[in-house]
Amino acid sequence: MSDAATDRTVLRIQALTKFFGGLRAVSDLDLTIGPGELAGLIGPNGAGKTTVFNMISGLYVPSGGSILFQGIDLAGMEPFEVTRLGIGRTFQNIRLFANLSVLDNVRIAYHPHAGYGMLDGVLRTARFHEKERDLTERAREFLAIFRLEKIQDELACNLPYGEQRRVEIARALASSPRLLLLDEPAAGMNPAEIVTLMELIHFIRDQFKLTILLIEHQMRVVMGICEQITVMDFGQVIARGTPKEIQTNPQVIEAYLGKGAAHAA
Amino acid sequence: MDLNVGFLFISVLKIAALIAWIYGLLWALGQESLAAKIVAVVGAFGIIQLAISVPVGGAPLVSDFDSGLLFQACTMAMVALGLNLIYGFNGQFSLGQWGFYGIGAYTAADITFRWTNGDAKGLLVVGSVVVLGAAAIFGVYKFLRRYTGVPVLSAFTLYLVGCGVAGVLAVAIGRLGQAVLKPGFGTATSPGVLASPIVLQIVFFLSVLLAGAFAAGVGFLFGLPVLSLGSDYFGIATLGFTIVVNTLMINSDTILPFPEMKGGRGMIGIPKLTTWFWAFLFLVAIIVVMRNLIHSSTGRTILSVREDETAAKVMGIDVAANKLLSFVVGSLFAGIGGGVYAHFIGFLSPGTFDFLVGFNPLIIVVFGGLGSMTGTLAASFGWIFFLEGLLRVILGQLGTEAPTWRFVLYPIALLLLMLLRPKGLLGTVEWGFLRSPMHRRKASPLPPEAAVESGK
Repeated sequence: MSDAATDRTVLRIQALTKFFGGLRAVSDLDLTIGPGELAGLIGPNGAGKTTVFNMISGLYVPSGGSILFQGIDLAGMEPFEVTRLGIGRTFQNIRLFANLSVLDNVRIAYHPHAGYGMLDGVLRTARFHEKERDLTERAREFLAIFRLEKIQDELACNLPYGEQRRVEIARALASSPRLLLLDEPAAGMNPAEIVTLMELIHFIRDQFKLTILLIEHQMRVVMGICEQITVMDFGQVIARGTPKEIQTNPQVIEAYLGKGAAHAA
Repeated sequence: MDLNVGFLFISVLKIAALIAWIYGLLWALGQESLAAKIVAVVGAFGIIQLAISVPVGGAPLVSDFDSGLLFQACTMAMVALGLNLIYGFNGQFSLGQWGFYGIGAYTAADITFRWTNGDAKGLLVVGSVVVLGAAAIFGVYKFLRRYTGVPVLSAFTLYLVGCGVAGVLAVAIGRLGQAVLKPGFGTATSPGVLASPIVLQIVFFLSVLLAGAFAAGVGFLFGLPVLSLGSDYFGIATLGFTIVVNTLMINSDTILPFPEMKGGRGMIGIPKLTTWFWAFLFLVAIIVVMRNLIHSSTGRTILSVREDETAAKVMGIDVAANKLLSFVVGSLFAGIGGGVYAHFIGFLSPGTFDFLVGFNPLIIVVFGGLGSMTGTLAASFGWIFFLEGLLRVILGQLGTEAPTWRFVLYPIALLLLMLLRPKGLLGTVEWGFLRSPMHRRKASPLPPEAAVESGK
């Protein structure tokens, strides 16, 4: 691989391994994502997809291998440092700040760029008033992009499921990431909500010039929007390619449907 | 057995009046104009000051007993507000608040006690320890920022060494300073400049601030390693802290080199300098600081850590530093509360700082509502006047042993409250000044120019 190619990648994962005691949850995973790509990571339950996400975002410490984000090694970094570098994520089981308003959820994501410190806040300096107004303004405009401005004062826990997902994605984007990790964004959504979600994902990629890596179970979503798909099973990569290639890959069919299914198909 | 119904009525009236007083203060403070805020503070101070000092038909409206309860309520409010920041807003279950309260009380008492006895060492040593310790902590922090992945215990060791050096230096400064200042105190027959009442008031003010800062420093050193524990373990560790502090108080004249604290016999002769002015000043200052902190970006991150630690981390928030911050600020409030208490009561006994009594602020915080500053304030005042004022006197009329029954009635009251209002008296409701600025202007959610922005 030439140097020029290395520079262009947003995320380069090499030989990533994670043990939980004796269990090898992820083993020797390699993954490369270029700028602006919309990549998918799929696999049966327990294949280790979310573990990979947790290692990228710094919540788990890898047992081996390396993760490079825009050429920076993420080894030993705390999750908040990883986020400040420009990796945002959502969670499989939605993790909103349930008892806070939608607006506050987004404003919390702006905290690293708030522009004033704790003392400004306590002493209510001119700087506090100016920056706080800016920040709230930005958060409101941001919510308007997602058509969430009408519910900005609602508590996050009072929203319907589909809107909670939207708020979570909006919050992740508010931390101004270059790379967005979406962990099963369509989980628990009805078909109509899934269509809206797919539009939303396309929209945010173009609007924010993002690179997106998503985990998904709904084949409709994955096949519909991903350009590159990596398939995992038992912690290992068993296939990678375009949606078309994956759909006909016998190993993938076997992993999902069991032995013999590949022949039947 | 004759129950004085009139007294019962007046007691309930007093509690209601106090709650109304709190509401009025918060409402007026919440007004936009600065003049209204000043009127609010001066008015709220003045009403009670008048009730304490001006006699109406022979005796002042507020008796000595009641004004004592008022001071106790103020200190309890300070301690409980600090605990609400740690537990209610940041979600860290702490039983250590009482320990910090004790540290604050003994520190402030020692400073003024020594001062009135012609010894400036207390003020000088604590003052320099706070300044040098803060410098050492800041220096170590700057140094550690250059590296990533430093283990917590290594960082803790560096901070501890830094503060230890600061302590040794402070003692040396104290000795030196005392030699210089000694003549300033004069003799018992001809007091010097430093023994004058005005200087004593300044020293008292400084001693309370320093007591808070000292407690905050101890909170920093203790919280750094302990906050990395999970929530339940953290609770146990902080309980241990309160017990250790209490044991040190009991043995302050043997293990610790402070003969003037007289160990388990209790420290006597602390000048009673706390007036309604000081108690009110410190309480309002703490309310304002806490409210400004909560309704800022930093405050929102404190709340986010309570709501979901993992999500907070992924939002770019340094969760460990955030927990430490609220713990240190909470300890600061407790220390200030302790300093005010020591100079009101004039006598400190280790029994006051026993860990069992230390559950009181916790009860108040839960009673008032986790995450409600208003609730904590109302509960602090209501609690003291209910338990000490109403029940003690009412039951006192039923016989000499009867007041003990208040510890039966009081848990029953708590039990009923938890059954009827599991989220506490006020839940997360805030009054006037303490509400978030956005909610106060809910009438016009968007300023005109912003409405145009989002409209296009």
